[in-house]
Amino acid sequence: MKSGTRLDDISKGHGPIGHLDLEAQAPLPPPFDKLEEEPPFSPLTEKALERFEQLDDTIAVSIPKPTSKEEEDRLVGLFLSGLKRCFSEDDNWTFLQPLVLSMEHCAKCQTCNEACHIYEESGRNPLYRPTYRSEVLRRIYHKYIRGGSPWVRGDVDLNWKTVARLIELSFRCNVCRRCAQTCPIGVDNALLAREIRKIASQEMGITANELHQDGSVLQLRVGSSTGMNALVFKDNMEFIDEDTSEKTGVDVATPIDQEGADILLIHNAGEIMSWPENVGAFSLLFNRAGLSWTMSSELAAYDSINYGVWYDDVQFARTALLHAQAAKNLGVKKIVLGECGHAHKALTVIADKVLTGELNIPRESCMPLLRDIVKSGKIEFDKSRNSFPVTLHDPCNYVRLMGIVSPQREVIDEIVPEGRFREMAPNGVENYCCGGGSGFAIMSAHNFTDWRHRVSGRRKFRQVLEAFRGETMDVDHPKYLCAPCSNCKGQLRDIITYYDAWEKAGIYYSGLVELIVNAMVDVNPGFIDWEWH
Amino acid sequence: MMAQLPYIAVYLAAGAFVVAVVARVLMWSRMPLHLRWELYPVAHEGSRAHYGGSYLEEVDWWKKPREVSLLGELKVMLPEILFLVALKEHNRKLWLRSFPFHFGIYLCIVSLLAMFGAGVLTALLPAAIEGSLGAAIQQVARITAIAGLGLGILGALGLLQRRLSASELREFTAGADLFNLAFFVVAFGTGLLSVILFDPEFSGSMAFFANLVRGNIEPTAATGLGAVLPTLSVVLLSALVIYIPLTHMSHFVGKFFAYHQIRWADKPNLSGGPEEKAINQNLQRKVSWAAPHIEGKGSKTWADLATELPSAEQKEKK
Repeated sequence: MKSGTRLDDISKGHGPIGHLDLEAQAPLPPPFDKLEEEPPFSPLTEKALERFEQLDDTIAVSIPKPTSKEEEDRLVGLFLSGLKRCFSEDDNWTFLQPLVLSMEHCAKCQTCNEACHIYEESGRNPLYRPTYRSEVLRRIYHKYIRGGSPWVRGDVDLNWKTVARLIELSFRCNVCRRCAQTCPIGVDNALLAREIRKIASQEMGITANELHQDGSVLQLRVGSSTGMNALVFKDNMEFIDEDTSEKTGVDVATPIDQEGADILLIHNAGEIMSWPENVGAFSLLFNRAGLSWTMSSELAAYDSINYGVWYDDVQFARTALLHAQAAKNLGVKKIVLGECGHAHKALTVIADKVLTGELNIPRESCMPLLRDIVKSGKIEFDKSRNSFPVTLHDPCNYVRLMGIVSPQREVIDEIVPEGRFREMAPNGVENYCCGGGSGFAIMSAHNFTDWRHRVSGRRKFRQVLEAFRGETMDVDHPKYLCAPCSNCKGQLRDIITYYDAWEKAGIYYSGLVELIVNAMVDVNPGFIDWEWH
Repeated sequence: MMAQLPYIAVYLAAGAFVVAVVARVLMWSRMPLHLRWELYPVAHEGSRAHYGGSYLEEVDWWKKPREVSLLGELKVMLPEILFLVALKEHNRKLWLRSFPFHFGIYLCIVSLLAMFGAGVLTALLPAAIEGSLGAAIQQVARITAIAGLGLGILGALGLLQRRLSASELREFTAGADLFNLAFFVVAFGTGLLSVILFDPEFSGSMAFFANLVRGNIEPTAATGLGAVLPTLSVVLLSALVIYIPLTHMSHFVGKFFAYHQIRWADKPNLSGGPEEKAINQNLQRKVSWAAPHIEGKGSKTWADLATELPSAEQKEKK
């Protein structure tokens, strides 16, 4: 890493302003403790370097290089008009007060930096400080919007490079808000990263394709960011029911579009496509618990994802309304979110100040419901079926940002033998992000996957290895990383694959419901099959 | 005029400070209702607060009474305000400088309140302030002033040293940041020197405040440096009091809102509840965002935008 990346570098030159110094990274715990044996970090291709703006050694957003000075000036103008709108009550009532507080009151004490897993695991790359992008944004705002003196708020030059790099830099933050927890004043640098993304998306029409065109736009058009339409959804659910019935020896039938049911359960459609055993386990558990529930085949209502929560308030509101509308149409009493963190936060908490009247249908996490099912006594469990080391990942979105900490642990207490569960350190609301937060888990342009494995996901992988320290680290001694969140699972799957951690350390990942069903007495043993896919 | 200047400065400072702080409070409190953005642990969550839990850990949470503990908030807020707990936990080097700085200011506030209180008593119940009570208040005012000014100077010098020597702070430091700290050092320094050199028993300061309260602008008998330094210190300290709420140092106001209206703002919007009106008003706001998927043009409302694409898509689906 270019050790001295400074604030004013953001507007200088044409190439990257920082480089990843792999040798500056702290080695991982055994058996991955040799830096030189870690997988290589792929360089960007010549074509990518030629076509897209660069910040560092990777590209997340793929911002095309403008072809003329006029085009550059137009884009800079759009950025400024977007920044101005961020301070308008009409355009940004959604986050005006949190934004202004974070813009006005930062004491620039740098306290938050050490809370950031990306900064720490990058070998303390100054470019990745939570304060770097925020300070650049503040300086632009005070100098170019407010017309203030640089002597008061600091100086920065605004040109197209500044804008392009700042947008790219907003995608070097997982928006996990761990930094905000440590701020003595309450400043939220993660919020500012998201506000930069909003300016890019809502004013300039620039964002990562995976989030917008292939994400929220696809979901609003087809029904799911996976591209799955209602017909395919129903077919898939039929297949999942058959597969789960065969595997467990218990007949499973998922109710779909049942009007008047008590509960509308919405999964992240990624579960249906990539982890069908999770969806099947939910169906089995809800049926066995005797719940009145249904899934919906309405547009977007079979996919709980809401990518707008990461970059765009309008796309967020559109998706949240579709989810609520489906619940209203079915006449359910409440919506329950499956194992998907950002869907939890989007629909339960953030949409809380969007939904009114008939659309204001109560929403809740699946975690308390699973806890109540497991503790109800209706289902018999045999803990010995889960007699392997288990650790638990806390998804930021419903732990740090919703305060749902205890239910999942109470479930584990009921289904995992004593001494087999070990907490990560730190855990609960002080947890670290999996490194896939704020959309990273589904972003894979250029060599960005290398960056999220090697930098943003490194602290979580370190925590997992630390949690299993003392165990025999090979494939013959399987260990269970319980990650009750779709995006986290995607990121953890990718990291485990990147480091070949199943073969080398026996680390397997899956959700919470799979662990529950695996311990059910009247289900065929071996629901968790320990087969690496 | 020289003799009246300290009185005028303090009256001006008190008025300006109150106006500026009230303006700040009004600004923050009049901002539109924003989307929820809480961050756990939330201190008022009662029995769950210690591990960061919330009411969302309950099935059918909307049917159950919420546990909102004011005591829980106080248990977090008071140590945070008095001892800067977050900074102590996460940035010990800076805390060693910032804590004396802030605690020094708090002690100065105690001293001011003691002098003001004594002034009020002198005006209303002169008999009560004579004797041991008056002497005790004077001692409290004197000790807290000397300790507060001293700690404030030490803290400000420490913060200056840290800002100038630590590269990660220096790079982010603007000219005004250094000026602010230097202003504290100079204003507190003249105040401390005035007390030590010319008012060691604090009787002059107590008399000055008694006069302030009664509106009795009575020149002091002192001459030379004994008149100039105290006058200068009062003017500088008054200027500082006016200056603070006009800058980002007004975070003592902002922090309240950052905690109570953002970090800890977990009050749910229940169907038919009082917040729905504010939300509906927000949804009628006009949008100007210009990206192709929005094109608000200042004519579409948030409600229009949130529903237009889905309804179009539903038509297409049918």
